[in-house]
Amino acid sequence: MTNDFLHLGNRAFGNRLFTGTGKFAANGLIPKMLKASGSQMITVALRRVDTTAHSENILSYIPPEVTLLPNTSGARNADEAVRIARIARAAGCGDFIKIEVITDMKYLMPDNLETLKATEILAGEGFIVLPYILPDLPLAKRLESAGAAAVMPLGAPIGSNRGLETQSLIALLIENCRVPVIVDAGIGRPSQAAAAMEMGAAAVLVNTAIATASDPEAMGRAFDLAVRAGRTAYLAELAEPSQVARASSPLTGFLSENASEF
Amino acid sequence: MEIFINGQRQSCRSCTLLELLAERALSTEALVVELNGDIIQQEQWPIVQLKDNDTLELLSFVGGG
Repeated sequence: MTNDFLHLGNRAFGNRLFTGTGKFAANGLIPKMLKASGSQMITVALRRVDTTAHSENILSYIPPEVTLLPNTSGARNADEAVRIARIARAAGCGDFIKIEVITDMKYLMPDNLETLKATEILAGEGFIVLPYILPDLPLAKRLESAGAAAVMPLGAPIGSNRGLETQSLIALLIENCRVPVIVDAGIGRPSQAAAAMEMGAAAVLVNTAIATASDPEAMGRAFDLAVRAGRTAYLAELAEPSQVARASSPLTGFLSENASEF
Repeated sequence: MEIFINGQRQSCRSCTLLELLAERALSTEALVVELNGDIIQQEQWPIVQLKDNDTLELLSFVGGG
């Protein structure tokens, strides 16, 4: 496990729990959560400044060794996503970008078509593109060809904590994609993160479940343990399920056995 | 003159970008400035002169997933 790194762009991640900065009750909880979870990649969003109020600089709460993953949330089409990505890079946030194009405000479903367009443009400009998508295998293959560094299918709607509702579709991506599959959105419990990793997901991205826990620091630790457990189990290769019982103890040599009975 | 700041038309005297930010008491720490579609790096703020009908976006990073 010590050599088990996830390579994205020019970075190697020894920790496969990616986290987010949204919804924390106080920004001061973010560095504590990062330390407890060991997460090496964290998302941020870009917004207009409220010119009438003082706001904190969220970047000052993220240790320099943690990779920033700016997202393009708020983008409704590929052009807006590309614009946000370029601004984030020009602002010094590095080359990683999570493409998030959403027009459906009820379920926050990603627009796969616009996401593909944005990926084609940004990968061509040297960004390390992580597109947030509905788990659609043909789309994932096209994103791969377009130069995406990974694909990030949703497990369930953003912030819903419903877990791996799209499990069978994610499994198709894991089986058929050359790029890493990172499960993003919907994971509400450490056990769900472990399940994603057991399936062979390369990483998971968890924000709401950690940030809105009563103790985000402890929940970050719990998710780290779950991701490590799931990853270790995947590498150890899981035993196959069976419809019938298969005894774990020998079925011969019972103390009550009598030679005459056989 | 008038300029657009974050989508709002606002009156503004002729000044540099840095003067405008100071006048409006905006925290410049981690502020990202886009002027007419181009990012303006902080070292350019004192020399960039604002013009009538400029479109200014004042942005910053916030929490998000």
